Amino acid sequence: MMNAVPDFAPAFPEIMLVLAGMVFLLFGVLRERDSMQLLTGAVIAAMLIAGVLILRQPDTGAVTFGGLFLINGFTGFAKLLTLGGAMLTLVLINNWAQTAGTARFEIPILVLFATVGMLLMISANDLIALYVGLELQSLSLYVLAAVHRSDLRATEAGVKYFVLGALASGLLLYGMSLVYGFAGTTTFAGLATATASGGNIGVLIGIVFIIAGLSFKVSAVPFHMWTPDVYEGAPTPITAFFSVAPKIAGLALFLRVLYGPFGPMLHQWQQVIVAISVLSMAWGAIAAIAQRNIKRLMAYSSIGHVGYALIGLATGTLEGARGMLFYMLIYIVMNVGTFACIMAMRVNGKAVEDISALSGLARTRPMMAAGLAALMFSMAGIPPLAGIWGKFYIFMAAVNAGLIVLAVLGVLASAIGAFYYLRVVKIMYFDEVGPVIERPNAVTGTLIAVCSVAMLAFFIVPSPLVDSAAVAAKSLFPG
Amino acid sequence: MIIASLAFYLFSLMAMVGALNVIFQRNPVHSVLWLIFTFFNAAGLFVLLGAEFVAMILVVVYVGAVAVLFLFVVMMLDINITTMRRGFLTYLPVGALIGLVLLAELALVFGGWAVAPAADALRAAPTPNMADIPNTQALGQILYTKYAYLFEVSGIILLVAMIGAIVLTHRRRVSSRKQSIETQVARRPSDTLEVVKVQTGRGVSL
Repeated sequence: MMNAVPDFAPAFPEIMLVLAGMVFLLFGVLRERDSMQLLTGAVIAAMLIAGVLILRQPDTGAVTFGGLFLINGFTGFAKLLTLGGAMLTLVLINNWAQTAGTARFEIPILVLFATVGMLLMISANDLIALYVGLELQSLSLYVLAAVHRSDLRATEAGVKYFVLGALASGLLLYGMSLVYGFAGTTTFAGLATATASGGNIGVLIGIVFIIAGLSFKVSAVPFHMWTPDVYEGAPTPITAFFSVAPKIAGLALFLRVLYGPFGPMLHQWQQVIVAISVLSMAWGAIAAIAQRNIKRLMAYSSIGHVGYALIGLATGTLEGARGMLFYMLIYIVMNVGTFACIMAMRVNGKAVEDISALSGLARTRPMMAAGLAALMFSMAGIPPLAGIWGKFYIFMAAVNAGLIVLAVLGVLASAIGAFYYLRVVKIMYFDEVGPVIERPNAVTGTLIAVCSVAMLAFFIVPSPLVDSAAVAAKSLFPG
Repeated sequence: MIIASLAFYLFSLMAMVGALNVIFQRNPVHSVLWLIFTFFNAAGLFVLLGAEFVAMILVVVYVGAVAVLFLFVVMMLDINITTMRRGFLTYLPVGALIGLVLLAELALVFGGWAVAPAADALRAAPTPNMADIPNTQALGQILYTKYAYLFEVSGIILLVAMIGAIVLTHRRRVSSRKQSIETQVARRPSDTLEVVKVQTGRGVSL
């Protein structure tokens, strides 16, 4: 039996975050006054340090803990995206808690642990490691959904998310057990060897179950039914967190699992991913049309965006992986900006969520309307805003991989989707002035401005971001 | 050997009877009691496999803690089984359909089951020779060395579960009066007592 101490260096950012989380927890418990503001700052600082540590990790990558944990250029990129999304939304969460008077010091700590779970998922190099990372993330998210416990809708969202999430975990574990029965091992490297000689129906059903479990976590159709209810019920900034960080981690995990251990079975799982992708794009576009609540609209919008990102996964090529990473990068910025706008939708000190509340915003709050319009144009994929570039790289990858039908369906879905994004713009610019929305506060105002300007100005310098996504994707394809 | 197989069939049969009763009992408290019965039989099966440590842990943890906790929850929540069963018939067709699909899949899986040619060489944790090390030690060696990472992450998951339970249920009661020993000890007579010299016929001003 080998009893050597494992190399901790590759997992150093995660270890640091967990230790910081425990120290913050003690601090919060022992301090009598509410310390949410302070701890939010501390958590963001810890995440920044973790980001710097990840940047300083060697590009060559490393494997540790007996092959359970892996880092390389890809995991680094995905982790930085996740941390970025978490930090931006944490600012929003703190802002909401302070204004709504629902501050609790546990919230930033739960966000921190959820983020650690995501980082562990991204780095998982074994099915069990994948599962524990996923559970750490999910459990924190269930609590966050219901954290505003005096609100009936928030508790309902929490319970719904928990029950359906547990079901998805069950599916995932069932699939893993079938795969384990086939291969006799759970390590990704071992699975790649075992599937290289071709699989059978048993392992295929196992993979389908794993795909189903992961699709649930990224809310892809037909495992999306929890999304609108949870997005609507959970407090707005927490919804923003749900729509950003777990999506990136889940999609990164999808890439790692399907390209790594199950890479040799590309032709078997490709059809499944294509089907999920088409359904998500179509349902995300069609079901959103009838929505009156802007948070539900964003839920369907994120289902649609996951569908586009899955096109990149379905290609099974380096180009597709690059397109997907790049798409997620743009998606984070768009989503954070839009959720900052939703948080700024307050009339007479009360938050409103109805899309009709935005009517005539261009006359009452021209700057906010312009920012939201830029974000909506970007989501719809109107050039030259950033959104179109994400879609462009994804569709190009699909065409180059021979999935022309998929690319055409994607373009059609985004044309339908453009309708409801543009409807928001129409309501703001051409409808009669409705309720007067309050001036956005410093935090939301800044985020709206930064995100919308980033979308507008993106086309000036796109190449560094595209290049770094390409470098990251390359490490998924060793040799 | 014949005794071992008899014991195996006895334990498995009893486990199945117990499991069916868990589902079909009308009273949830009875269901939990049948669940405990099932756990005991599963522990018996583990003993037959030579995994006595897992068997004992199953009894200690599942019967001793989890099932008793279930029992408390079931008795305290006052679940009305008839209201819970109200939607049963409406959802039955969909549920039955999903069940059938899963059954067909399982049949396919077991019909076409094959193990990867490389599986034997890849085995994650081959059973060590039971004559050399007892199974408690074998488990410990895997859990605390090879899978130490998973063990630690599970610990963090439990920490998050604890934080979650407190966040969602704990309330600070404003109305309840608590004894604060520090304040009591720190009180001096001068804080509360005032010695007044009362002049005759004047009374005291309060």
